[in-house]
Parts: sequence; C-alpha cells; structure tokens
Amino acid sequence: MSNAPSTTATAPTGVVVNDFSLQVATANGSGSQTANNVLLRSIFRMGIPVSGKNLFPSNIQGLPTWFTIRASRHGYIGRKRELDVLVLMNPETAAEDALAAAPGTSVVYEKKLAVEKLRDDLRLFPVPFSELAGKLPLPPDQAKLRRLLVNMIYVGVLSDLMGIDPAEIEASIRRQLEGKAKAIDLNLAAMRLGIDHSAAAFQTKLPHRVERMDATTGKLIIDGNTASALGCLFGGATVCTWYPITPSSSLCETFIDLCAEHRVDPGTGRALAAIVQAEDEIASIGMVLGAGWAGARAFTATSGPGISLMSELIGYGYYTEIPAVIFDVQRVGPSTGLPTRTMQGDVLICHTNSHGDGKHPVLFPASPEECFTMAQAAFDLAERLQTPVFVLSDLDLGMNNWMADSFPFPEAPFDRGKVLDAEGVERLKETWGRYRDLDGDGIPWRTLPGTPHPKAAYFTRGSGHTELAGYSEKARDYVENVERLARKLETAREMLPKPAVEERPGATAGLLAFGTSHYGTTEGRDLLEHDHDLPLDYLRLRALPIAREAREWIERHDVVYVVEQNRDAQLAALLRDEMPACAARFVSVLQYDGLPLDATTVVDGVLSHRGRTGGAR
Amino acid sequence: MSATLPAAPKTNRIGLPKADYEGAKSTLCLGCGHDVVTKQIVTAFWELGIEPRRVAKFSGIGCSSKTPAYFLNRAWGVNAVHGRMPSVATGALLANPELIGIGVSGDGDTASIGIGQFVHLVRRNMPLVYVVENNGVYGLTKGQFSATADVGSTLKGGGANDLVPIDLCGLAIELGCGFVARSFSGDMKQLQSILQAAIAHRGTAVIDVISPCVTFNDHEGSTKSYKYAKDHEEPLHEIGFVPYFDDTVAEIPPGEVMDVPFPDGSVVRFHSVGRDYDPTDKDQVLATLHRSRTAKEFLTGILYLEPEKPSFASLLNTVEEPLTTLGEDRLRPSPGMLAAILERYR
Ligand SMILES: Cc1ncc(C[n+]2csc(CCOP(=O)(O)OP(=O)(O)O)c2C)c(N)n1
Ligand code: SF4
Ligand SMILES: [Mg+2]
Repeated sequence: MSNAPSTTATAPTGVVVNDFSLQVATANGSGSQTANNVLLRSIFRMGIPVSGKNLFPSNIQGLPTWFTIRASRHGYIGRKRELDVLVLMNPETAAEDALAAAPGTSVVYEKKLAVEKLRDDLRLFPVPFSELAGKLPLPPDQAKLRRLLVNMIYVGVLSDLMGIDPAEIEASIRRQLEGKAKAIDLNLAAMRLGIDHSAAAFQTKLPHRVERMDATTGKLIIDGNTASALGCLFGGATVCTWYPITPSSSLCETFIDLCAEHRVDPGTGRALAAIVQAEDEIASIGMVLGAGWAGARAFTATSGPGISLMSELIGYGYYTEIPAVIFDVQRVGPSTGLPTRTMQGDVLICHTNSHGDGKHPVLFPASPEECFTMAQAAFDLAERLQTPVFVLSDLDLGMNNWMADSFPFPEAPFDRGKVLDAEGVERLKETWGRYRDLDGDGIPWRTLPGTPHPKAAYFTRGSGHTELAGYSEKARDYVENVERLARKLETAREMLPKPAVEERPGATAGLLAFGTSHYGTTEGRDLLEHDHDLPLDYLRLRALPIAREAREWIERHDVVYVVEQNRDAQLAALLRDEMPACAARFVSVLQYDGLPLDATTVVDGVLSHRGRTGGAR
Repeated sequence: MSATLPAAPKTNRIGLPKADYEGAKSTLCLGCGHDVVTKQIVTAFWELGIEPRRVAKFSGIGCSSKTPAYFLNRAWGVNAVHGRMPSVATGALLANPELIGIGVSGDGDTASIGIGQFVHLVRRNMPLVYVVENNGVYGLTKGQFSATADVGSTLKGGGANDLVPIDLCGLAIELGCGFVARSFSGDMKQLQSILQAAIAHRGTAVIDVISPCVTFNDHEGSTKSYKYAKDHEEPLHEIGFVPYFDDTVAEIPPGEVMDVPFPDGSVVRFHSVGRDYDPTDKDQVLATLHRSRTAKEFLTGILYLEPEKPSFASLLNTVEEPLTTLGEDRLRPSPGMLAAILERYR
C-alpha cells in the first residue's frame, strides 16, 4: 500500500511562490551534506535567492544536525525563525521537531517515524524512505551506501512536492560529484525514485512552490571562510599559522589548498608561502608577529578561545607596532556545549584586546564578498598602520553557504606601508627613529631585518621604549608613546571601511548592526515598515573604531536600535563609551541563543521598546 | 713595519672591529654569569666574520632574556614576551630565511612557561641558536626555583627543591634535535667553540649553559653556584671548531681525534679527554646522559650532533629568497585566474 496516494495530505490553502524556509533533520555523519547542497544549488540555479545553514553538533557521527534552506524572492537570505517545510529523517529528533512545528507546517518524514500519531494539524507527507532505498540497484553488502542515498530520495520527493526542476537537480548532482560516474548514476537513480514515489503517492503538493526567476545570475554560492581564504591569496599573504578550531579551520584549510595551486614558484616549483599548523594559538600569533616583524604578510585564523590565549602577544604586537592579521570566526564559548553555534561575542575582546591600554582596528565583514575584500584590506591596513588588525567573522558567515555577489579583482597594488630601505635610512638617518612620528599621523617608519645599512637595525621591545627604540622606564617616554598610539588610532579611524547607510524618508530612529546581524536587521526593518508602518533608517557598521560618518549618523537619530548577537550588548557598550552624550539613545536588540539572528527578534525588540505588543509572528 | 704608528684596531675577515659587534651596556648584577655568555656571543660572531645586519636576536623575559640588547647593536632584536620567543623566531626566520637567528632564554623562560614552544621549535628543527642561560632560578623575579633546579638544591632564604629537574639537553635529544650542548659560563674556551659550531649548524642548536645567578643562587647548598659548577664540571671532550673559510691546517694535539663535517664545509673536531664518547651515536649519548643523571655528574661539551638533519624550511619547501620581498607579480593570481576560481562557486 506504500505507493497509494496519501490520505493524510490536506489541500494547500494558498500557494506561496519562492518564499519558504525548509529544514532537514538528520544525524551527523549520515551523509546528508551532499543532498542538502544539491537542493540548495538546484534552487539557486532556478534563479531564486537562497542560503543554506547547517546547524551541527560538536560531534563527528550520530548527534542530530539540521540543515535549513531559506529561499526568498525578495532576496532575504538570513535565518527565518518560522519554518514552512520540515524533512524529518532522524528518529532521535522527529518527535521533538514535529511537536515544535507551527500548525500547518508541511512535514515530509520517514514513514516509520509515525508523525501522524503526534499531530493532526500539520500537512503530512509520510515516505517509506528505507523501503524505497531497498529498490536501488545495489548489492546487499552496500548497506552504508544505501543509507547515504536515502538523502537523495528526499531531494527527489521535494522536487515533486515543490516544483524543483529535476534537470537542475541533475546538473547540481553532476557538479557536486564531478568525475565520479558511478556515484552520479546512483544519486540520479535515488532522485528519480523519490520523484516517482511522490508523484504517485501525493496528489496534493506543497503550498510552497519553487518557480524559475532571474535573481541569481552572476552570483556565487560560497561560504565566508572560503572567501576570506581567497582574500588572503589575492591580498598577498605568505605566512599562515593556525591551530585547528571550529569554525575557523576551513579558512586555513582552504588557504592551504589554494597555495598548493597558486603559491608555487614556477621556476623552482617551491612554495611561495609558509604554512604552519602551530602547537597552540599562542604560537600561531607569535609566528605571525615574527613574520610580520620580518616584513611578510602574515595571518592566523581562530575563534574566541584562541583570541583569549593570544592576548598577551596581541598586546605586544600593539606596543611594538608589528603588522598582523587575525581572523576571528566567532562562536559560542568557552569549552563544551555550544562550540558549533554562532555568536557575535568577541567585539570587546578583540577591539580592546590585552592588558594595559590598547585599541585595535576591527573589520566587520557581512558577506562573502566582504570577507574577500576586507581580508585584503586587512593586510594593507596592518602594514600601513603597523598594528594587529582583526577581521571579525562568525560561524554563520564563515561556515554556511551564502548567495553572494561576485568578487571584484583587486586592481590596486599592495600597500606595504612606511618601510625605509637602505637609501631611505641614509636620507633620513639624522631624523629617523623607529618610533618617531615624522609625519604627524602617529605612524612611524620601520625598517625590515637585513636592510643593508649600519643605522637600519633597531631593537624591538614591549611597552617601554624611546622614539629610538631604546630601553626606557621613564614616565615621559611611556606617556608620549601611548599618546602617539592613540593618534595612530585616529588616523586608522579615517582609513577603515566606512559604514553603509540606508535612509527612509521621515525616519527619526534607526537600526544599527554589523556583520551577519545585517540580514535579520534589514528584513526586520522591512517588516516594521510594511506591517507596522514604522520606517527606520539603517546603518551597518563596517569597522571599529567607529567612523566619523557613523558618529554623525547617530547624532542625527533620536533612537538607535543596536542589534547584535550577544547577551551583554558589547557594541552598544562601546558606542556609549565613545559617545557619552548620546548614551541614552542606544536601545539594544539582542539575540544570544547560538542561532543566527532572525527578523522576528528585531521586530519584537523594536516594538516592545515602542510600547506596542505582538511581533510579526 | 713601523713600531711608532698606533696599532689599527684588529678587524675580522670582513674588515670590522670587534666594537661593531658589541651592544648596549649591561644592566645585570656585577658578576652575573649571563654577562660572560654575552661576551662569548660577541666574540663568536666577530670571529666568524658574520655581518651583524644579517643577524636576528630573539629572547623572552628574564635577566637572561635582556642580554640580546647587550650584544650586536647593529643586528635586529626582538625581546618578546615570557616563554614565547620560539614562535616569534620561527615566524621571522620562515619569512626571511637569510637571517641568522640566535635566541637567548633562561631556565624559567624555557623550562617552565616556554616548555611547549621550546619542544615544538626543536621538533621543527628551526635554524636557531638557542642559548639557555641556566641558573636554576627565576633571577628577574628574585630567586624562586625554576624547573631545572636539582633535587636537594636550596634557596638562598632556605627551603630545598624536591621536584625532579627537567633536563633540557636530554629532552632536546629525545625530540630529535641535531645539535645539543651543555656548557658553563666559567668555561669560556669550550663555550666559544660550541657557539661557533652552533652558528654554523643549520637547524636548532640547543646550548644549555650553566650561568650562575650571583645574587640569588650562588650560595652553599645550591647546585647551580659558580663554585659547584667549577668543582663538578666534567668535559666530555675538547672541542675545536674549524670554520669553512679557515684554510690554515689546524694543529692536532696528540690523542684521539674525531672530525664531524658540516654541510657548509666547517668541521667540529673532538679531542678525546680519556673518555670513550661519540657525540654522533645517539644510543651511547642517551645512555651516558642517563648514567650521569643518576651519578649527579655535570657533563659538558657537545652532547649530540647530527649536522645533516633537514630544517623546517626545507620540509616546507619554501623558496630560498625572503618571502618578505615578494610582490604582486609573484603573489596575486591574474584576473582570469580569479574568474576561473569563482566559476567553481556558480
Ligand atoms: C606572563 C608572565 N608571567 C610572569 C612574568 C614574570 N617573570 C619575569 S622574568 C620571570 C622568570 C625568568 O626566569 P628565567 O627565565 O630563568 O630568567 P633569569 O632571570 O633567571 O635569567 C618571570 C616569572 C612575566 N614577565 N610574564
Ligand atoms: S638577579 Fe641573578 S640572573 Fe639576574 S642579573 Fe642578577 S645575578 Fe644575573
Ligand atoms: Mg633563570
């Protein structure tokens, strides 16, 4: 009877085109990644704006994992809290997931899980997945492969239920499994099994439909870590040191792959980059500083726990004025629990890192394209400013697949900053000092080790030194030096990426966000405007210290909603500190549950401040 | 030859007087063993005729770690943070392999807070002369025991150490270090030969120098005092270093001699002092070390030598030129290449 049309499927009330959030629940290590990526890419190839988010455990095999696909004809690619379609494959979570679903949610599930016994207010699509997999042309000893192929069966079922073009699925499978002819054939067979079964079993399809549009031409599907690694490649990085940590590892691993192809000297076949998997994050940053001191473009990538360990040396890099680029792909921390969930929790620890006085430039990429451009900018800024520069990404941006604008080729040459060669030393030898501000911008001139001039060398030491890099414990020398460093930060303020501003006529209040909070914030802004008649301006901060333009924008608004993904309102604290006269106008909208920010949080946060009730649920 | 002209200062083979290898005035306690090591470092670089600007000096934190400021003023220096000198040196030397690296550390800087970085530096065989000025205490923080203090050794203010010391030489050999030596700041001739050989070595060269802290650990009851070291030192051999540019035939004193050639043509010449010891035979070296620990002997000399071990840079197969000089032309792929890469993500 398994092929008989389902009687539990109810008729869709209204068809919704290209606007849904779909979640697939599987077990970690069950091989669903390929199927989920094929699903994502097929929708992308049909021209529909889309993003994919993997919510995975800190575990290699067995624990539950959820993959969410958001498609939106309006171009919203952030996380949506409300789910429209569920695919339940994991016996561990099926009951919990089904019980949590909103009434009317469409649920495709392994028939054996008997979701129909739990709820009668859902649109149910039971599919005998394991039974269907039994029909695949495979020898009996291939049970593991059979289990993997189950995933492609649900892709087929969704193709039929939602109208995803099988030709695009086929193209995506071919691309995903390039060169593996046998695997391609098996996956195509599994997809067709799913399509055929669904076509026969379900007369009534899903209300959420996919229809071809043209909003993805020229776009990419890429994750932020890959984009950052590409930025390091095109930005001239030659030294990469790292200690594995989720969610940053793939940044360095991708850089390693890229170097194998693109950092090879054509003449000798030897490497044009040194990559070191260090013994810990302290060693990673130590190596980066050593390499930066020597004059190489060096970077490390880590997450919050690594930043904590690096702190002493980051402060050292600040006082000794050594260029360094540090990618922090933020996650929840510390220790076990939610290490594989996202957070914007390292704003303060990065910007004000280390003991003693010190503030550091921090860049906030919000998209893969910005990961690419800001990675390159970070190397220019680090060398121009002679200081550690942070690129603050997060798990959501770094590890998830985003629809992104294509990356522009960098035309400008590297900015290697103020470096004196032997001739330069000769010319300036009467006035030059390693830490002397010759240009009034707080940035001294440096020489690189090995420079062939008897007056070129200097001795690098921490907090206490004279303009000539001599040892000093004198109060005056120290004060003059830290005040120059403060001037340098003011120079940095003008050089860093400017905020992105979107104005709405008549708005007197505004939303302020950074990084991945952009998506939930802009979608929330649109909802507030359309559903609640509340137009708000929007400023996306792209760097710290905050730009002059951002200060002016804040001064023009009565209320500034600061949206961020941490409990302690870290950015708001910084803003209040920088602009005490405006302190009262900052209102925090926060999400800190380890999930990417959604629009509902923003709508609810703003409305509750306005004294109204009811969000856009 | 006119006897009336004032003698020109003696110069080395690249025409520089010794003064060009000196550093700032030491601020250590009068009589501190570290100052003696500093002097030997100055002499070694001068005698080898190495251009100071090609040298990069590294250190952590401690009295010992202050000393790079006291030698080779014209060289490049990094006084890093406590225990992290190895990583900073690793980054610098990978970025610019033309630099000749020397690191000076203390027993606290290396055997306690920095033991992890020390272990991994050795494991990678980064080309660096790594001098540990070992006095059994933390000098700069006023005399607490370090992890190299011997069992039973006493503090100045009383109290004996009862934890087993870390033998940095034994550890380095176990980790595969290709150059491991132990010396004593009071044995200047031996230390000089060891330093010169270490500078010629193309991997990590660990030199554990007993360098008494005259202020906090030079009393009766200390096993790192000047007197204790002087009374107990037992050289394994006499060492002669013949640099590659030295074509004068060294005079060979009577007795057994063993030559170990370096890849650059230099030779380390071991003269037997009546002991049967082959520093290239790891089994024998380890057995001797183990025995000496139980017997509480203070053996000095080049304990282990393996000049041909590949360094980290050769394992990474990086280009010989400094990575620091590479520009857009070598590092930035073409617009066509960017397009080709991005095609994979469409
Ligand atoms: C992170 C950190 N912890 C502690 C200290 C304090 N400190 C300074 S020097 C030192 C010990 C140095 O001992 P050693 O390396 O043996 O050098 P010595 O002074 O004996 O030559 C310590 C613990 C520090 N500078 N940094
Ligand atoms: S305290 Fe000890 S180690 Fe430090 S300078 Fe004085 S004698 Fe040397
Ligand atoms: Mg000491």
